[in-house]
Amino acid sequence: MAEKLSPKERTRIARQSMPEQPAAQRAHNFEEVNLGLSAAVAEKEAQRCLTCADPKCVHGCPVGVKIREVVDFVRQGEYLNAAAKLREDNVLPAVTGRVCPQEIQCEGACILSKRFAPLAIGHIERFVADYERSVGRVGLPKRARSTGKKVAIVGSGPAGLSCAGDLIQRGHDVTVFEALHEFGGVLVYGIPEFRLPKQIVKDEIENLRTMGIEFQTNVVIGKTVTVDELFSEEGYDAVLIATGAGLPRFLNVPGEHLGGVYSANEFLTRVNLLNAYDPLHYDSPVYDCRDRNVAVVGGGNTAMDAVRTSLRLGAKNAYLIYRRSEVEMPARREEVRHAKDEGVQFLMLHNPIEFVGNSDGELCGAKLAKMELGEPDESGRHSVAAIPDSEFVLPLDMAVVAIGTGANPLVQSSTPAIQTNKWGYIVVDEATFRTTKRGVFAGGDIVSGSATVILAMGAGRKAAKSIHEYLTTNVWEAETTLA
Amino acid sequence: MFAIKEDRELAPNIKLLRIEAPRIVKKRQAGQFVIVRVHDHGERIPLTIADSDTENGTITIVVQGVGKTTKLLNRLTTGDQILDVVGPLGMPSEVKLFGTVVVIGGGVGTAIAYPTAVAMHQVGNRVISIVGAKTKEFVILEDEVRAASDELFVMTDDGSYGAHGFVTQKLQALIEGGTSINHVLAIGPIPMMKAVAEVTRPKGIPTIVSLNPIMVDGTGMCGGCRVLVGGETRFACVDGPEFDAHEVDFETLVQRNRQYRSQEMKALNRFEAAAEIDSDALKPCELQRKYSEVGPQHAP
Ligand SMILES: Cc1cc2nc3c(=O)[nH]c(=O)nc-3n(C[C@H](O)[C@H](O)[C@H](O)COP(=O)(O)OP(=O)(O)OC[C@H]3O[C@@H](n4cnc5c(N)ncnc54)[C@H](O)[C@@H]3O)c2cc1C
Ligand SMILES: Cc1cc2nc3c(=O)[nH]c(=O)nc-3n(C[C@H](O)[C@H](O)[C@H](O)COP(=O)(O)OP(=O)(O)OC[C@H]3O[C@@H](n4cnc5c(N)ncnc54)[C@H](O)[C@@H]3O)c2cc1C
Ligand code: FES
Repeated sequence: MAEKLSPKERTRIARQSMPEQPAAQRAHNFEEVNLGLSAAVAEKEAQRCLTCADPKCVHGCPVGVKIREVVDFVRQGEYLNAAAKLREDNVLPAVTGRVCPQEIQCEGACILSKRFAPLAIGHIERFVADYERSVGRVGLPKRARSTGKKVAIVGSGPAGLSCAGDLIQRGHDVTVFEALHEFGGVLVYGIPEFRLPKQIVKDEIENLRTMGIEFQTNVVIGKTVTVDELFSEEGYDAVLIATGAGLPRFLNVPGEHLGGVYSANEFLTRVNLLNAYDPLHYDSPVYDCRDRNVAVVGGGNTAMDAVRTSLRLGAKNAYLIYRRSEVEMPARREEVRHAKDEGVQFLMLHNPIEFVGNSDGELCGAKLAKMELGEPDESGRHSVAAIPDSEFVLPLDMAVVAIGTGANPLVQSSTPAIQTNKWGYIVVDEATFRTTKRGVFAGGDIVSGSATVILAMGAGRKAAKSIHEYLTTNVWEAETTLA
Repeated sequence: MFAIKEDRELAPNIKLLRIEAPRIVKKRQAGQFVIVRVHDHGERIPLTIADSDTENGTITIVVQGVGKTTKLLNRLTTGDQILDVVGPLGMPSEVKLFGTVVVIGGGVGTAIAYPTAVAMHQVGNRVISIVGAKTKEFVILEDEVRAASDELFVMTDDGSYGAHGFVTQKLQALIEGGTSINHVLAIGPIPMMKAVAEVTRPKGIPTIVSLNPIMVDGTGMCGGCRVLVGGETRFACVDGPEFDAHEVDFETLVQRNRQYRSQEMKALNRFEAAAEIDSDALKPCELQRKYSEVGPQHAP
């Protein structure tokens, strides 16, 4: 029946909306905001697909998920087949269905979006992945015959996990080393529960463990063991560095050392990884936001996560301070909308030039300058400058700086043979993800700088392919191809 | 899990724990620390590696009970397990032939300075140690420090043992008595380290202190451990914990370490109240059982 709809009829169906927890309610709990589509609604949404011969959405997807075929399966009610198709290119669909910036990827490219709302690909993806999880029939791929080769994966974020998943299937022994006490990287310490329930990440890690991957916490490569020792003493044949871009940047304005001023990484880690929102049951403290004024500085997903977390911790006023205007914010659109609905106050075109403290060294306000946009430069981005004499003090009890991260140097500084660029990111051959050191590969944010889950995952998978090639041929040509 | 192989009380409220951690033993150098999380609901706290034993694969930590986590740690006994121990973290102490090195330890700082004293001695420095404590019973590791020193001075605030007075008075006396000092390492309460810095500053004697900001990950990821040194922001867990005493902004460190005072007090009060009602329930093994539905991911 569904198959017989004409294109015109398809376009007449309105984009199905994602049910969500009411804003007033969810602003005070950590449960997931989006509730997920029902099967009926997902099928209806799938009917909107124009089944293009050359689907633009697939080109828009950084890892080329066969979206049209996935949607076809959903329209026919074959959800497990849809899930299997999805997993061919995406090993963490329940994660990316929730956190990908679809509006600039698949959905941004969707032909429908020229005249109508784009197909809700992210929501369909999430439905398919959740359905598969709910029936407990995750189709775990088989492991090939053992090759006897050992690979060490450094870091358990999306890049490391996806690389590990591909390599175990190809018959290699894989060990994932993680510095923290839990696996998942930013997925567990950064992105909050209300956007990505931790159980999803835990389940994915369990799947990988079932497939035969060995996981070790509390190992800081570069400190506990060096990359050289992984080869010489622990017998690894190849190493992937997937340590992310974990070094927080600060504004370098006066007062940034006051009590109550956090980096987003610290604030989110305390709340997400260390459960500081529940002081009766967990020992790690976090600033008590109840009835306080909190500001978060920045415009990305991290800033949105931090400001919405502060609301959930009881902040009276939660401000988002960004020096450009709203359209320039790099955050996912959905997060911006959710934040506004929940009551976050947006202070666009403002920039902190100083944090002000009391005599005890605790934050009591931020001096903000108003900003104006100048002419756009070649890249189309507007320059931005402070308006003279526009400063004023915003009373604050807590502030979070979420203006980006840099490369963590722990591995590179202990392994000089691995070349880095001027920002400290690891230099790799674009096609093979090989570093300047034989047997060592790198991928994810530690190569690209802070990017996205899907790009990190894609890099991990391409690196896996290249590692497999190296392990089976023992040819290392990176020296000639590296710039 | 990391097993405790030995527990020994060094002074009231100060305990030595020897923990099995073979990987860390192999790599650790003087001046480095570990981050410890006792159980699944616990916080991560930094503790210096005071010693290690290659043969048995153990590291030694010396813990002073100042709040909930350190007091809980001090209830642990031989055979108990610690859920997470990660390290060695931080930069090792700069150890080379300086000539005459004065190592100053105040309170539990003695245990933190001890491994560096050993290393300094091993490379041929003349090591003069000054150990300070409130009273006689708080003097720790005296024999160990003596073995690593050419000279040892013990100072107590009340004169109940060694000489009467502060470690800075002894340092001042050494300087005034004409001892030529090439390098000073001072570890202890912040006011002590600050006072030492002021004693050596006029003479331009290179002085190193080990800072103890609140930490979370210990890998440079959170920035919570940031300290101001020479007007610049440094992360103590990766750039330190040792810094040039004459460049450190101690006031900011004191203020940052106060950030969670009220929460810490509440947590400690709850902990001690619970211990009074049912101290068995707070036995580490009980706590761990309660919290250890964590599954195999924590098995090293
Ligand atoms: C708060 C926040 C929100 C975000 N929201 C989104 C979003 O909505 N959508 C999106 O697509 N992207 C989002 N991102 C970005 C995305 O999470 C990252 O691009 C992605 O996680 C990068 O993956 P990775 O595997 O390269 O590194 P990471 O996820 O950073 O993982 C690296 C891991 O390596 C470990 N490690 C580091 N050094 C060592 C060492 N020396 N030894 C052992 N282990 C080590 C770290 O502890 C960490 O677990 C967000 C990021 C943050 C911080
Ligand atoms: C690199 C480093 C090495 C250290 N080595 C040792 C060691 O070998 N032995 C040892 O006993 N202690 C050491 N410390 C200090 C130890 O980490 C703290 O005492 C501990 O974190 C306090 O935790 P708590 O939950 O018991 O107390 P909390 O309840 O958290 O705090 C109680 C009191 O201690 C203060 N405090 C909190 N955190 C710290 C901290 N990180 N440093 C100092 N004071 C703090 C608080 O301001 C408060 O007054 C070290 C700290 C650092 C940074
Ligand atoms: S403890 Fe987090 S950066 Fe140092």
